[in-house]
Amino acid sequence: MKLRWSDVTPESIWLNRRALVAGVAGSAAMAAMPAWALQGKPSPLSTDQKPNSFEEITNYNNFYEFGYGKEDPARYADALTTDPWSVEISGLVERPGNYGVEDLAPESALEERIYRLRCVEAWSMVIPWLGVPLSSVLNRAGVQPGAKFVAFQSVLRPSEMPAQRGSGIDWPYREALRLDEAMHPLTILATALYDKPMPNQNGAPIRLVVPWKYGFKSAKSIVRITVTDRQPETSWQTLQPREYGFYANVNPQVDHPRWSQATERRIGAGLLAGRVETQMFNGYGDQVAQLYAGMDLKKNY
Amino acid sequence: MQQLNATLRRVPEWAVWLVGSLPLILLTADVLTGNLGVDPIRDIEHRLGRTALYFLIGSLMVTPVRRLLRLNAMHLRRAIGLLSFSYAVLHLGAWVLFDMGLLWGQMLRDVVKRPYLIFGMGAFVILLILALTSNRFSIRRLGANWRKLHRLVYLAAILASLHWLWALKLLSSWPVICTGAILLLLLYRAYVAWGQPLKEALQFR
Repeated sequence: MKLRWSDVTPESIWLNRRALVAGVAGSAAMAAMPAWALQGKPSPLSTDQKPNSFEEITNYNNFYEFGYGKEDPARYADALTTDPWSVEISGLVERPGNYGVEDLAPESALEERIYRLRCVEAWSMVIPWLGVPLSSVLNRAGVQPGAKFVAFQSVLRPSEMPAQRGSGIDWPYREALRLDEAMHPLTILATALYDKPMPNQNGAPIRLVVPWKYGFKSAKSIVRITVTDRQPETSWQTLQPREYGFYANVNPQVDHPRWSQATERRIGAGLLAGRVETQMFNGYGDQVAQLYAGMDLKKNY
Repeated sequence: MQQLNATLRRVPEWAVWLVGSLPLILLTADVLTGNLGVDPIRDIEHRLGRTALYFLIGSLMVTPVRRLLRLNAMHLRRAIGLLSFSYAVLHLGAWVLFDMGLLWGQMLRDVVKRPYLIFGMGAFVILLILALTSNRFSIRRLGANWRKLHRLVYLAAILASLHWLWALKLLSSWPVICTGAILLLLLYRAYVAWGQPLKEALQFR
């Protein structure tokens, strides 16, 4: 039998049941058992920096489908139905089709990836994601020769996502990676955060995380992954090509026209913490710099 | 209406300062109680900036309100304007100290490079000049030039709203509404200044 997200007992009900059992058994030890939690295998790719709190990560997001303010996602994301959910994998793959979240990222395969996240607005956080390498998903779908890019499309559901009812961005949200970027071990599809299923405001039920690129490259609430042979159009690049490039690699030497990228502000660091210097590729240069050997990153920003 | 005006006339300048300090008191309380959410620095900076713009709009409203509603708050205008400047100082201070962490080199490079910072800084410099000349001595010294100089407030208002709009990734409604209010207030002045002559000129044809 295959388990789906709908088969998972919600945490609150589970806790109530636990409390009931504990009460009957009269056992204080039972009541002190930890709540149902997801676990991911630790990974050497994780940073040892201290992660931001769950509170911070879930209350300070850009997820423009829910509004342009950073509090909007936490305020409105409850309305999004994330179950049932399927992801269509199409294009240049051997086994196209619709896949459930549990197919793509089985709980038993989850890895913990504590990554730095750098927003193009020059703030940053450290986030403990749980997920699977995107390469594992693409390999199972079977990438055909000739494939060069992987495009991601976020969910289009104006009835549940208030900002999709207005203009601003040509919805649905689209992002893309070059195939080698998509296959890189650092690139994951995340389904959980800390030990909890992905909160809606962070891109439930399944989202991309590409830690050496600005946050907007990591598409949330993905419904379609398309493997193609030509560079796909992406939402921000279409909207403002001068400001947002296709690559969007974190690069302190290439400024966004409005935000200097030389330094960043760590969220949660306190009023007088000041700024820290931004690192090339968000500090993941050792692992990813070779992907861009010979490229002019001022042009391909 | 006359009674309202009589009451308004008795409102002292310090009462405006008292009311004007409320946003700062509320903000301070929110900072101290940890009520500002995940990124308090952004909230402090943005709230101070918005308050400065609201008082700037308030100072621009004094004349139209007097003409259209016959309510005279002229004696309070200086306090309103100086409040706007005070919040602009705090807004800039929050940026320098909290947001930029006193990285003077980067601040300088950013200000000359980025339109929204140029607009903001332009508005600030104008408000500074106007604040420095908002005393009896300056008014007497500058004579007729004082009025001309203080018309720069129109430019400051435009720059301040551009500063806000330009900093956004996507346009959102409230900053657009505030900019619209400023444009309306300036259009009204243009109409008062040139509307009548223009009408007459057109009639003579």
